[in-house]
Amino acid sequence: MPYDFQSIPRPEWPKIPPKVVKGVLLGLAAVVLLWGSFYQVAPEEMGVILRLGKFVRSTEPGLHMKLPLGIERLTRVPVQRQLKQEFGFRTVRAGVNSEYITTAETKGESVMLTGDLNVVDAEWIVQYKIRDPYLFLFKMREAEATFRDMTEAVVRRVVGDSAVDEVITVGRTRIADEAKSLLQQLCDAYEIGIEVNQLIFQDVNPPETVKPSFNDVNEALQEKEKKINESWAEYNQVIPRAAGEAEQVLRGAEGYATERVNNAAGDASRFSAIYREYAKAPAVTRKRLYLEALNDILPKITRKIVVDQNQRNVLPLLNLGEEVKK
Amino acid sequence: MNTKNTTLLIVIVGALLLGLLVILDAVYIVSETDQVIITQFGEPMGGAVTTAGLHFKTPFIQKTHFFDKRWLQWDGDPNQIPTKDKKYIWIDTYCRWRISDPLVFFQRVRDERGAHSRLDDIVDGETRNTIANYDLIEIIRSSNRDFELTEDAALLDFSEVVGKIGTGRDKLSKIILENAAKITLEFGVELKDVQVKRVNYVDEVQRKVFDRMIAERKRIASKYRSEGDGKSAEISGQKERELKRIVSEAYRKAQEIKGKADAEATKIYAQAYNLDPEFYQFLKTLETYRAALEKDTWLILSTDSEIFKYLKSAGR
Repeated sequence: MPYDFQSIPRPEWPKIPPKVVKGVLLGLAAVVLLWGSFYQVAPEEMGVILRLGKFVRSTEPGLHMKLPLGIERLTRVPVQRQLKQEFGFRTVRAGVNSEYITTAETKGESVMLTGDLNVVDAEWIVQYKIRDPYLFLFKMREAEATFRDMTEAVVRRVVGDSAVDEVITVGRTRIADEAKSLLQQLCDAYEIGIEVNQLIFQDVNPPETVKPSFNDVNEALQEKEKKINESWAEYNQVIPRAAGEAEQVLRGAEGYATERVNNAAGDASRFSAIYREYAKAPAVTRKRLYLEALNDILPKITRKIVVDQNQRNVLPLLNLGEEVKK
Repeated sequence: MNTKNTTLLIVIVGALLLGLLVILDAVYIVSETDQVIITQFGEPMGGAVTTAGLHFKTPFIQKTHFFDKRWLQWDGDPNQIPTKDKKYIWIDTYCRWRISDPLVFFQRVRDERGAHSRLDDIVDGETRNTIANYDLIEIIRSSNRDFELTEDAALLDFSEVVGKIGTGRDKLSKIILENAAKITLEFGVELKDVQVKRVNYVDEVQRKVFDRMIAERKRIASKYRSEGDGKSAEISGQKERELKRIVSEAYRKAQEIKGKADAEATKIYAQAYNLDPEFYQFLKTLETYRAALEKDTWLILSTDSEIFKYLKSAGR
């Protein structure tokens, strides 16, 4: 049985007036055009507009208009943002406790020769801004890779003109400053549109193998200072004490001197006094003094032997041994 | 709808599409970063188009070939090269180049890949030739500035390790550049500069350098240690000297003071005792008897002594 198509009831499409269709289409077209005509440039960016491939203008942050439908194309360049490149290490995770790694690749960046033909392992960073978006975008392809190569070449050039001790210690700031200004010169010469803000050395070390001997030098220096300090300490301990003792000896001598002179003066005046009286009656005084003295002495002595003046020898009579035994 | 109208419509639409195709193929956009050469059946037509914007060509017959207009990067592989003083080093250079004559470039090397392989040959070759003619120090240093001596380094003598340079890194780069740039012009490439990016010792040399560095540091360390010993001995010597000086000076002064006092005392005694030396002797002797004759003393007295004058008789 042939199917009767006509008999199927058709759904009633609402009648849309052609005017409305036209309006909606125009509206849609307008929205698309408007959507493509406005663009926003963030505060840290600059907008670069190419019209059919040709650079026509660059725009400041804010809301701007351009021709839609790909006639004018926008490229945003973060001119205000400070950009950073790391050499000799990579930040894995930035934060309060940033994590860093070094790999074989970063070792290649950091190991370099110094002017005294030694080897040093230096890590550094470069902070920079895109100063001129036009140059940055259109003068050099792979501008950032080139910038890295330039930085490496410049740092090695400056380090190559310095001794290893300078690079590790006193010369760090000078080398960084010199490298920064050379890098800026090179950027200007390359018309790469980059402004170098800072070049800062991070860890600068002798190679691992050599490190212990560098540390040994530090230790030796410490030892030297320690020895000198100890010697001075001993000096300072001994000398003031000796000075004090010397002072003591002097004071003692002075004391002796005073005593001696005073004693002499005392003895002298005593003698003079006695003599004055003695001179008045010498004979009797002499006797008196003699007898007084014997009077003092004789009673004290327990062992007295009185021998007749005719007896010449006293010893045969005396039993000395017994006396000593007592 | 009649067939005539339909045919007309088809023709019109077809013509429009064809026109669009023709227009699309006749128009090309050159960006700020591009340069274009046009070929007609393979034959180059005119010079390169370098201004950015919309351009026209004969559709279908002419073909466009786009090339980059910007400075391009070439980074060579590290090369192991012996220097004139027979030190083996790895040297890594980079250079900046651009397609200065797109037509010649297109004819000779076709594209960037071709150019890269040519640059590899030329720049590496020139680097090799140049480096091999100079001592290592000429590649490392770029001036003859004197090193700022640190306390450590002052103990070392660099003169044997480091000679003065006559050429230096900058000039060597220039020499490489000049020689290479002459050749690259032949395939439409302008070379702007060649820079030595990295120079490193080959492993074997590096080991020797490390040994030398270690030896240098050992020298410094032992110098410090012996300086410490020396200084310490000096201080201790100074201490001895000072000690002796202080003690002996004190002794001298003390003796002087005592001597003066002794002299003074002697003078005083002499003045007094000179009144009657005999009486002084008498007094002093009695004093000595008092002190010398003790309890245990044996005293043997003869009856003719002064004290026993009255023992045997009342005298007179």
